Amino acid sequence: MWKGDYSFLIRQLVIKDFKIRYRNMSLGIFWALLNPLIMVVLFSFIFKQVFPSSIPHFSLYILSGLIPFNFFTAAWLGATTSLMDNAGLIKKVPVPREVIPVTAVLGNLVHLGIQFLLILAAVFYEGLSVNFHWPWLIVIWGLELVFIFGISLATSSLNVLVRDIRYVVESINLILFWLVPIFYTFDMIPMAYKDLYQYNPVAALVLATRKVILDGQAPPLNLMLKLASVAIVSLLVGESIFRHLKPRFYRYL
Amino acid sequence: MSIISLENVSIIFRQRRDRMLLLDHLREVVRKMPQDGFYALHDVGFKVERGESVGIIGANGAGKSTLLSLLAGLVPPDKGAVRVEGRVGALLELCSGFHPDLTGRENLLMNAALLGLDEKTARERSQSIIDFSELAPFIDEPLRTYSSGMYLRLGFSVAIHAEIDILLIDEILTVGDLAFQKKCFDHILGLRKAAKTLVCVSHVPGVLEQLCDRLVWLHHGQLIRDGEFDRVSADYLAFMADPNRHFGDEIPQAPRQVVPVKEKEPHARVVPRRRRR
Repeated sequence: MWKGDYSFLIRQLVIKDFKIRYRNMSLGIFWALLNPLIMVVLFSFIFKQVFPSSIPHFSLYILSGLIPFNFFTAAWLGATTSLMDNAGLIKKVPVPREVIPVTAVLGNLVHLGIQFLLILAAVFYEGLSVNFHWPWLIVIWGLELVFIFGISLATSSLNVLVRDIRYVVESINLILFWLVPIFYTFDMIPMAYKDLYQYNPVAALVLATRKVILDGQAPPLNLMLKLASVAIVSLLVGESIFRHLKPRFYRYL
Repeated sequence: MSIISLENVSIIFRQRRDRMLLLDHLREVVRKMPQDGFYALHDVGFKVERGESVGIIGANGAGKSTLLSLLAGLVPPDKGAVRVEGRVGALLELCSGFHPDLTGRENLLMNAALLGLDEKTARERSQSIIDFSELAPFIDEPLRTYSSGMYLRLGFSVAIHAEIDILLIDEILTVGDLAFQKKCFDHILGLRKAAKTLVCVSHVPGVLEQLCDRLVWLHHGQLIRDGEFDRVSADYLAFMADPNRHFGDEIPQAPRQVVPVKEKEPHARVVPRRRRR
């Protein structure tokens, strides 16, 4: 059995991913900022000039929806293919397998950190400021991470056995883009769906983040309870699927 | 107590002809029929004591690398029991755990982490690792510029600086030049004095001669001989020179095939339908 320093191992693997992604890029981490910037400019143009929108603090509104959504999709898809991308490690290095999808998710957390600077910039640009509800963001994002670890453990291990899973994940991400309030507001959702809508952890993440950043309020308790319960169920199910499929990885990779 | 013990271990590799579609998995689940397969290892059992140094020899496809993967805990056995006590360090492939775009120094730290070292120890030992590898002038170059000998030097140097009890080496020491090979051999002999255990694989007994005093000979997944180096080595070489004359009836001609019987295999337990209840 592998005995060792998990935190050192995970840090080394995350640093590796980060370095190899940007080492040979002339513009380096600027690329992490470019995508959300382009989207904000595009959305701002469309929803100010084409379909005028009455949402206040529009650029911050878009960023606080888009950045969490982008993080979710990139982390989930990256983790789903991570076991296959690291087949060399799985087959030749006796390292705990769970570490691989977890690392893929955490690697995207680094990008989120960089992109969060954009949100911070937009907060000041819109004349808002950091309020004392911001520590809630840590709880919200912590629960979201737990949720992502869970689904990633499930899809990464299933993807080793059935390679179609990554396309399933891509399709779900496409659907989610429209089921998360990125450029429309939660108020526009018909009453009948509102309750169900909040069980979507990505939507819950965006709603709670906005509550804190834009409204300067603590996230509603029932929303947080939904997020927490979905996160815990996801982790339990994902971990159990991973544990059952783990012995097969060697033969299928 | 033995540090490694294998009892009647079998590993079956399915012959799925590259098919791993949802339909195939469902068929397997519904019918619970094991697909065609062969025994990569069949009913293998031996023990290794602490401080022993064992060589595994055999022709291509004998199951040598599968056996090492099994000892490293990379693949679970389908039948039988494996017990490995203590920390295992595995050098199964030259570039496993390395990334070509990272420098030697960065790869060194990552490998130390993969082998289970903590950060403080890894940083303290990194100079001594670089010294042993003799790669100091190139240590900040990306690994893609390294030759295979340099890969070996780095990988081996990290492995011997990790706190491991059992070192598994697969056929890779041969890419080092004679001087480095001698250095490795000397170090391994030192490890043996420190009661570390070594398991080495090769298809040429000559390579293992200085390292091992015991040989295990595998053929088509079955254990043919297990004993004193010179005796097993002589038998093996005689067999390889002329397979028919010496051992015609006691050595399998082909890997044993799995007969699809409806028995409950360990990995049939993963059937999701049962779990859901």
